[in-house]
Amino acid sequence: MKRFLVLSIVVALLLCVSNVQAGDMLQIKGSDTLINLVQRLSEVYMQKNPGKYISVTGGGSGTGIAAIINGKCDIANASRLMKPKEVEQASKGGVNVKRVVVAMDGLSVITNANNPVNLTVDQIGKIYRSEVSDWSEVGGKGGKITLYGRQSNSGTFVFFRDAILKGEYAGTMRRMNGNAQIVEAVKQDKTGIGYVGVGYVKKAKGLNIVKVAAREGAPYSSPLNSEDVKSGTYPIARPLNQYVNGTPMGAVADFIAFELSDEGQKIVEEEGFFLLPQEYVDFNKKSVGL
Amino acid sequence: MRRVKDKMIHGLFFLNGIFVVAILLGIFSLLVFTAFPAFKEINILDFLTGSIWNPDAYLEPSYGIVPMLVSTFMVTLGALVVAIPIGIGAAAYLSDVASPRVREVTKPIIEILAGIPSVVIGFLGIVLVGPFIAKVFGLSNGLNAINGSILLAVMALPTIISMSEDALTSVPSNYEQASLALGATKWQTVIKVKIPAALSGIIAACMLGMGRAVGETMTVLMATGCAPAMPKGFLDSVRTMTSTIAIELGEVAYNSTHYYALFAVGLVLFIITFIINMTSDIILHKYEKVHR
Repeated sequence: MKRFLVLSIVVALLLCVSNVQAGDMLQIKGSDTLINLVQRLSEVYMQKNPGKYISVTGGGSGTGIAAIINGKCDIANASRLMKPKEVEQASKGGVNVKRVVVAMDGLSVITNANNPVNLTVDQIGKIYRSEVSDWSEVGGKGGKITLYGRQSNSGTFVFFRDAILKGEYAGTMRRMNGNAQIVEAVKQDKTGIGYVGVGYVKKAKGLNIVKVAAREGAPYSSPLNSEDVKSGTYPIARPLNQYVNGTPMGAVADFIAFELSDEGQKIVEEEGFFLLPQEYVDFNKKSVGL
Repeated sequence: MRRVKDKMIHGLFFLNGIFVVAILLGIFSLLVFTAFPAFKEINILDFLTGSIWNPDAYLEPSYGIVPMLVSTFMVTLGALVVAIPIGIGAAAYLSDVASPRVREVTKPIIEILAGIPSVVIGFLGIVLVGPFIAKVFGLSNGLNAINGSILLAVMALPTIISMSEDALTSVPSNYEQASLALGATKWQTVIKVKIPAALSGIIAACMLGMGRAVGETMTVLMATGCAPAMPKGFLDSVRTMTSTIAIELGEVAYNSTHYYALFAVGLVLFIITFIINMTSDIILHKYEKVHR
C-alpha cells in the first residue's frame, strides 16, 4: 500500500511537470517552406531567452491553417493567404486570425544542371498546364519534360497554380512530398522541372536555377538576386505569413517581435529568404502593432 | 473459488473478442456514414467511372476514382508478380531444402523484414530503386508503378514466405514418403506433390500478402510520383487510393464534399481489402478441413 502511494505521488508529480512545460511551450505549425527558417529563428530565440520553449513542426500551410482554426497551435506558418472561407470558419470557432508577414520568398523554378534554360512566366504556365511537352519548344535541348510539383496540401502548390498557371496542373505532374524531394528529383532527372522555395536551392548543386522574365521582352532575373526579389523585378515572389489568434500578447508577441527585429531579419536573409519591403513593414504595424 | 476464476477469465476473453468485433463494426459504420453525404453532390456513377480526380481544382472540382483504382490494381498486381515466385521459392527452400540450422537462422530474419518501417522502404525507393529503374529502362526518373511494385513486393514477402512455409511443413509426411518411394526425385516431390497439396495455404498466404500491398500507404506515396493522371503503363507515375487519402485528408475542410469523398474512397478501399481477406480466410479454412 505504501509503495503504491509513493508511486502515485511520483506519477502525479511527473504529470504536473510535463503540464507546466506544455503550457509554456509555444506551438508553431504549418508551411514546409517556412519550417527551416522558423526553426532557426526559434533556436536563436531560445538561446537568448532561457526557459522559453518553442516547438516548430511542418506539414504544409493547409495543416498549419487547420491547426490555428481548431486552436491547436499558437502560430500558423502559411506560404499562402487564408481563404475567406477559412477565416470565416475560424471566427465561428472564436478564433480571430491576424496576419503577420515575416519574410519574402522568391519561388525558384529549377531544372537539371544539364538543361540551362531561361523562361518567361507564360512559358512556365504552358509547361505546367502541359500545353508544351518538349524542351525544344521553349529553347531547351530537347527531351520530354517531366513535371514535378508539390501535393495539394502545400501553400506553394496553391500559390504557383493561382499566380503562374491560372489554370489546372497537368495530371501527369508528379506530386512530391516536400521541397527537398523536388530538389532531389530534379537533380537526378535530366529533363525535369520543379518549383521550390529559394532557401532550398541556394546551396544545392547539380541544379539550374531558371532566370525568369515577367513577359516576353522583359529582362530575365534570378531569384538569387535579392534586389530583384525585393523590387518585384523577379516575377515569382510572395510574402510568407504567420497567422495568430487575436492581437498577439505575451510569449507570442515576444517571439514575433524577435522575428521582425533586425536580428531576426538577418537570419531571414541567411536562410535564403528576403527582407520585407516597406509595404509589408507597414502592414505588420497595422495588423498586429509590431 | 476456482470456478469463479475460470468464469471470470472466460468472460474476459469473450469481452476481448467482442471488443474487436465492435471496433470493426464501428469503423465500418463511420466509413459508411461519413462517405454517404458525398453522394448528395457527386453523382455516384461519376464517382465510380470518372477518370479525373481533382477536388481542389482551379475551376471545377471533379471526383473520379478510376485512375486511383487502376493505380492500386497495377502496383498490387506488379507486387504479386514479383513476390509470389520469390516467396514460394523461398518457402520451398526453407521447408524442404535448407538444413534445420539454416532454417532456424533464416526464418526469423525474414520475419524481421516485416518490421521495417514503410517510410524507410519508401526512402530506399527514392534513392536506390528509382535511379536503378531509370537506368534500366532509359527513363528520366524512376518514380513509377514498377518502383512501387518492387517495394510492395519486398513488404509482402515476409507474409507470403512465412505462411507458405507453414503450409508446406504441415503437408502430412506420408505424402512425401509415398512420392519418394515411387521413385520421384526430391525436386519432383516438392513441385508435383508438396506444393499442390499445400496450394490452398499458399494461395491464402498470397492473398494476405496482396491485402498488405493494397493497403500500404507511405511507401507508394513516396516512390510512385503520385501523379493523378490515368496511368498508361507500368513506366508511368501512379497514385493509389491510399496515397490520395493520405495526401488530402490532412488539410481538407471539415464536412466539405471533398472530405466526404475521401471517406468514400476509404470505403471502397475497405471493401476491397475486406473481400481479399475474406477470400483468403475461406481458402485457408477449406485447406484446414482437407487435412483433418
